[in-house]
Amino acid sequence: MLRKVTLFAVALALVAGPALASGKVREPHPVAFSFEGPFGRFDQAQLQRGYKVYREVCASCHSMNLVAFRNLGDKGGPFFDPKYPNPNDNPVVKALAADSQIRDIDGETGDAIQRPGIPADNFPAPFPNDPASRASNGGVLPPDLSMMAKAREGGPEYIASLLTGFVTPPAGLTVGPGQHYNPWFPGDVSSAWSGDHAHVPEGGFIAMAPPLAPDKVEFDDGTKSTVRQQAQDVAAFLMWTAEPKMEERKQMGFSVLIFLVLFSGLLYASYRRVWRNESH
Amino acid sequence: MASTAADAAPHPAGDDPSRRDFIHIAAITAAAGGGIAAVWPFVAQMNPSADTLALASVEYDLTKVEAGQQVTINWRGKPLFIRNRTAGQIAAAVKDDSASMKDPQTDEARHKPGKAEWLVLIGSCTHLGCVPTVGGGEYGGWFCPCHGSVYDTSGRIRKGPAPLNLAVPDYAFLSDTKVKIG
Amino acid sequence: MSGHSTYEPKTGFERWLDVRLPIVRLGYDSFVDYPTPRNLNYWWTFGGILSLCLGVQIISGIVLAMHYTPSAGAAFASVEHIMRDVNYGWLLRYMHANGASMFFIAVYIHMLRGVYYGSYKAPREVLWILGCVIYLLMMATAFMGYVLPWGQMSFWGATVITNLFSALPVVGQAITTWLWGGFAVDSATLNRFFSLHYLLPFMIAGVVVLHVWALHVVGQNNPTGIDPKSKADTLPFTPYATVKDGFAMSLFLILFAVFIFFMPNAMGHPDNYIPANPMVTPPHIVPEWYFLPFYAILRAIPDKLMGVLAMFGAIACIFALPWLDTSKVKSMRYRPQAKLYFFIFLVACVVLGFCGARLPDDQVIPGLKTLSVMDSDLNSFVWLSRISTAYYFGYFLLVMPLLGLFEKPLPTPETISSPVLGGDKKD
Repeated sequence: MLRKVTLFAVALALVAGPALASGKVREPHPVAFSFEGPFGRFDQAQLQRGYKVYREVCASCHSMNLVAFRNLGDKGGPFFDPKYPNPNDNPVVKALAADSQIRDIDGETGDAIQRPGIPADNFPAPFPNDPASRASNGGVLPPDLSMMAKAREGGPEYIASLLTGFVTPPAGLTVGPGQHYNPWFPGDVSSAWSGDHAHVPEGGFIAMAPPLAPDKVEFDDGTKSTVRQQAQDVAAFLMWTAEPKMEERKQMGFSVLIFLVLFSGLLYASYRRVWRNESH
Repeated sequence: MASTAADAAPHPAGDDPSRRDFIHIAAITAAAGGGIAAVWPFVAQMNPSADTLALASVEYDLTKVEAGQQVTINWRGKPLFIRNRTAGQIAAAVKDDSASMKDPQTDEARHKPGKAEWLVLIGSCTHLGCVPTVGGGEYGGWFCPCHGSVYDTSGRIRKGPAPLNLAVPDYAFLSDTKVKIG
Repeated sequence: MSGHSTYEPKTGFERWLDVRLPIVRLGYDSFVDYPTPRNLNYWWTFGGILSLCLGVQIISGIVLAMHYTPSAGAAFASVEHIMRDVNYGWLLRYMHANGASMFFIAVYIHMLRGVYYGSYKAPREVLWILGCVIYLLMMATAFMGYVLPWGQMSFWGATVITNLFSALPVVGQAITTWLWGGFAVDSATLNRFFSLHYLLPFMIAGVVVLHVWALHVVGQNNPTGIDPKSKADTLPFTPYATVKDGFAMSLFLILFAVFIFFMPNAMGHPDNYIPANPMVTPPHIVPEWYFLPFYAILRAIPDKLMGVLAMFGAIACIFALPWLDTSKVKSMRYRPQAKLYFFIFLVACVVLGFCGARLPDDQVIPGLKTLSVMDSDLNSFVWLSRISTAYYFGYFLLVMPLLGLFEKPLPTPETISSPVLGGDKKD
């Protein structure tokens, strides 16, 4: 009896756990990302495409403060090369770093200068500080993208859905200047809705204009550059920036689990031996 | 209760005690092995992190150092001496190449070939890690204020408790006026 | 139970030490020769599992503190530095974060086991109270630990929980200002929380020592609730309990590892990966899952002070349990009605946890509109949590005292071994 009820309670708790409240927002499109599931790994070609989308599109407004160029050459990263276990020596990483200008202080004169990046530098932010960023973006701060795939309900699927989700607003919805309707963006559009109040459209208004367009980014590997492709690639890239140690984590997880299962088996055998002649 | 403990492990007929022992020993061995493996991350976390390792090299423009001067820059959290030696200082160092020393080394071995004026040293006394002052001591090299070690103009230990010459880091000339350390 | 010691020093050194500091004797008497009821089931392995949890949290925590920076400007980045750059930092942090959840899973099972088998009844009241103190310290430690990453949930969780004290009349505002060290949660708050978060686990360890001491004075309860009467009722702790506890710990570690390596963020909240922003509250803030039932009780009461009192009252009930229960029979194995009420209580707690995660006015059954009572529709989570809260308190304050007086328990066995050796393996 105790056992059955406990199982029931555990099952109920598992069902109840993830069912956190959601506003009226559309569920993200399911995307079969390569990194899903216990065996999932990042698709390096996809990460490279995603980096290009980020660099050429997102990075003009969004910062990515927690990621350094050297990370691109880390194990599991977009430009990892087994020939260069130390990412600071990886020529691709060095070249990508040198492409960027880093704000620095001249050690002699104290003047603010720009210098080419080195692998140890973090990705430079497009604006020197938050107020400058706001001022250039219609008063709204574009959020830092380093952790985006872990900091939003739905993760990379949410990102991919949002980027492809700039639909024509339904009739009766007043979209203000500098705003864009997106059914995947969490928000509340009730005050801009002139229709039936029981049927307020899903989603919210986002300050970001649709950032992607067909062929806006030319992929080096010849992949057709559709909006959907760009969105999924950059979503995968953002998952990597949010969780760069994912592959290492899953790999170690398997070794640990195999050990623990065998160890439990041994302990069980030992336990049965010890207790064999004792009733309990 | 001791009697119960003894009674608890009887050997009924037909039971093979060696097999039973094997299971217990295997379980204990696995526990010990797992425990030791689990300790490793807790030890390894104290090693330098990836961002610390990435910053371990610096470049320096030598035109900023005038003859007879030394600049001290920060490298891996320690002072690094870059000294532009005068001809007199070089001559004094070469003259002593055959003198009796604790850690014998020629002056030639302490600088890059053809760059005798440039001495790049880790500015940390080989005794217990204090920073020696430039130009101090009777050899015109460095003098460590902590325990009185005296280095010559080649950074070699000549007097005092320090056992070794001031260390030369890995460095390379990128051009005539630029060095990369580390 | 803790009769005279049977330890006999074997070597000269052990004899020498035994006269001066009988520490080997203490260990032998407590963990080798200690008589354990022979009929303990797997629910009794959670004591050992909990000490494992405490050990993992303290060790991983000490190591994380070597890399963490407790200041509002640097805390978030330092946690990400641990995740990205420190060797095995991701493992250590996920171990510590999920370890807290594992700790609470184990402690809730341990407590419910105690309730089901009447482990709080005489002479184990002090043992129970010490356990409750550990639980309180755990909640304080977990709360302050959740603030340290300085994400949005950290910041707003700290704001909301410290504001609970502002409900107190007259001194409330002064207390919150004192707790914060400022006029809002900020660097000063974070820094003191870090200090206390480091201190409290050692206080927990101290109370655990008292808890184990008290346990070894009165002896373990067992599924029959009948105290051992003879040697036939017990077995020595080693190897019998050690190997069983070890096996259970290993199974528990499998669950732990699945969370660390394959779903490390399942028990966290995405908003805590957004750096703390005192200007913007997340649309829906929730505490960690282990606080959800208390959070639901807080929100079930429409008055600020009463809500806070109800929440603390819910914990006070657990402390008072030994004196609320009037039944002479310990184990619910022989109390069919008590069993029924206990399982309803279990469901009420889970339902409260469920309610704590939802917005109060969300509908339980989507689309159904019913009567609006006290400003809320009856088909809402706030009403579901009100009903569950009523049952929660009713269980402690009515069922526990009255059932003992009126129920008719089943016949209990004379000794542990009589039903056990007779092969009775019910539940």
